[in-house]
Amino acid sequence: MSALGWGQLQYALSATLLLIGLYGMLVRTNLARKLMAMNVMQVAVIVFFVSLAVRTGGIAPIELERHDPAVADTEVAYANPLPHALMLTAIVVSVSTTGVALALLVRIHRRYGTLDESELLERLRE
Amino acid sequence: MTAHLPILIVVVPLIAALLAPLVCRVSVRVTRLLTVLAPAVSLAASVAALRAALRDGPWHYQLGGWAPPWGIEYVVDPLGGSMATLVSLLATLVAVYAGDYLRRSSPLRAAVFDSLFLLLTAGLLGITLTGDLFNLYVFLEISSLAAYALLAAGGEQAVVAAFRYLLVGTIAATFYLLGLGYLYALTGTLNMGDLAQRLTEVPAGSAMNVGIVLIVVGLAIKMAVFPLHGWMPDAYTYAPPPVTMFIAAVMSKVSAYALVRVLFFVVPPTDAVHTILDVLGWVAAAGVLAGSVLALAQTDLRRMLAYSSVGQIGYVVLGLSIGNAAALTGALLHVAGHAVSKACLFGVVGGMPRTTVQAEMAGFAGAARRAPLAMAAFTVAALSLIGLPPTAGFFSKWYLLQGALEAGRWSLAVVLLLSSLLSAVYFFRVIERIYFAGDAAPTGEPIVSGPDRSLRLLAPILTLGAAVLLIGLLNGRLVAGVIRLALPE
Repeated sequence: MSALGWGQLQYALSATLLLIGLYGMLVRTNLARKLMAMNVMQVAVIVFFVSLAVRTGGIAPIELERHDPAVADTEVAYANPLPHALMLTAIVVSVSTTGVALALLVRIHRRYGTLDESELLERLRE
Repeated sequence: MTAHLPILIVVVPLIAALLAPLVCRVSVRVTRLLTVLAPAVSLAASVAALRAALRDGPWHYQLGGWAPPWGIEYVVDPLGGSMATLVSLLATLVAVYAGDYLRRSSPLRAAVFDSLFLLLTAGLLGITLTGDLFNLYVFLEISSLAAYALLAAGGEQAVVAAFRYLLVGTIAATFYLLGLGYLYALTGTLNMGDLAQRLTEVPAGSAMNVGIVLIVVGLAIKMAVFPLHGWMPDAYTYAPPPVTMFIAAVMSKVSAYALVRVLFFVVPPTDAVHTILDVLGWVAAAGVLAGSVLALAQTDLRRMLAYSSVGQIGYVVLGLSIGNAAALTGALLHVAGHAVSKACLFGVVGGMPRTTVQAEMAGFAGAARRAPLAMAAFTVAALSLIGLPPTAGFFSKWYLLQGALEAGRWSLAVVLLLSSLLSAVYFFRVIERIYFAGDAAPTGEPIVSGPDRSLRLLAPILTLGAAVLLIGLLNGRLVAGVIRLALPE
């Protein structure tokens, strides 16, 4: 286990984004802000997965056939495309979640005229 | 056709979900028929696939002919197959039950409801059958998104509850996805079978442990394990009756199944995993007691049932934590028993007339005179949750108790008995009202009311009530024929 170097900076970024997102979802009282914080949290995971796939000087695997034959196959670095494919799916999930959440927010705002959690709780109790 | 049974279980409700809003332009009746038939087809396919799996061993189905680990495979083993059977059975019954709720809705609204319901069913069935961790995430989100939208159909308060559920559910899914990222980074595979093998070759270390903990926490939020249950009582209380009935019965159980799958079939039994199971055990014991005490404090019956679910899911987690054959048998039997009992209870409560002050307990006074059949089913299901013979709940608790004693965990055995006592208190309070209190019905209400007024409500409720008894009476055959084979080696 080596200490974290500059090469691992993106993991620190991912962890920071995750914490910012979680913090926002817990602390913010405005529901729209909570939703934005949720999106930040989801981006953290995307950064994490995409970072996994990175190889310095890596090429797309489809380019492997065209690589310099002087270099042995095992030495050719290629970026793993699977995490990207997974994250495309995760982005679709994230967009759908945001869509459903915005639809709910519109309905809440129409009915109660506010998105502030403490005001909403008072209205709900009435 | 029969070679493709595993995928049909998932795809039939998925296609029906897409068809429902189109068909409603022709006829609402056809939409309703489609909504009942699609889960029924899944049920038949699940039973056939489960029987094949019990006879010939696990059925591995390669999607699109791509062999794992490149392709996604679906696996029908005794565990997954029986979960799929349970989910599709309940989906069929709830689809019938929903007919009464939808009778006053506009055709399009009814069709959208049906479409979302079928999506939820497809998502849950997918979770039970997939052999791929990422595919499981996708199905988890399909079912959750459909559930948020269905919850929001319950009215103004339901929308706020649905939004909160959405935030918490997304945190859970994000944790799960991140944890799966750790396991993928370690092994380079997402296939469960492949992962199980490769994880044993990787030295156990903090990366694996962080991944496992993230997955466990994510699934625990989805299961509403105490103290991660905060989203659940509001969601169950304000949702439309058929939705509460379905999600209360199966959604947390399917997440529990995913937890069993990950902890016992994917990750190697390292010391860290044993520690996680121990911690889960104490948390679950606290949850069993807290859920029962909180249920005692409620006056709204739906809320009482919701808190009782917090306690009941604790039993399942306790079983996993103890981890020996008897305890796991108890946990799996409890998954089935609690699913049918809770669906039955919420079905009866949801079928009560709205005029009886929503679901305040007072509205149940003398209900046995107005709805004798439904109240009989309610009583049977309540007895099962208390754990009285010959209902399903008695036998699952019996196996759990046996497991706890075999493992020398006396404290957990005491928790089991104490919470049964507490649930006896809060359920007998309701049963006493139903049978012995004076009639609270407003004058002018018809003599037969509540769920007994409509066969669409009564048939699913009575089927579920009968299932509670059958699971109890046939528990020996069920355990020997299915559950023993579903246990991890």
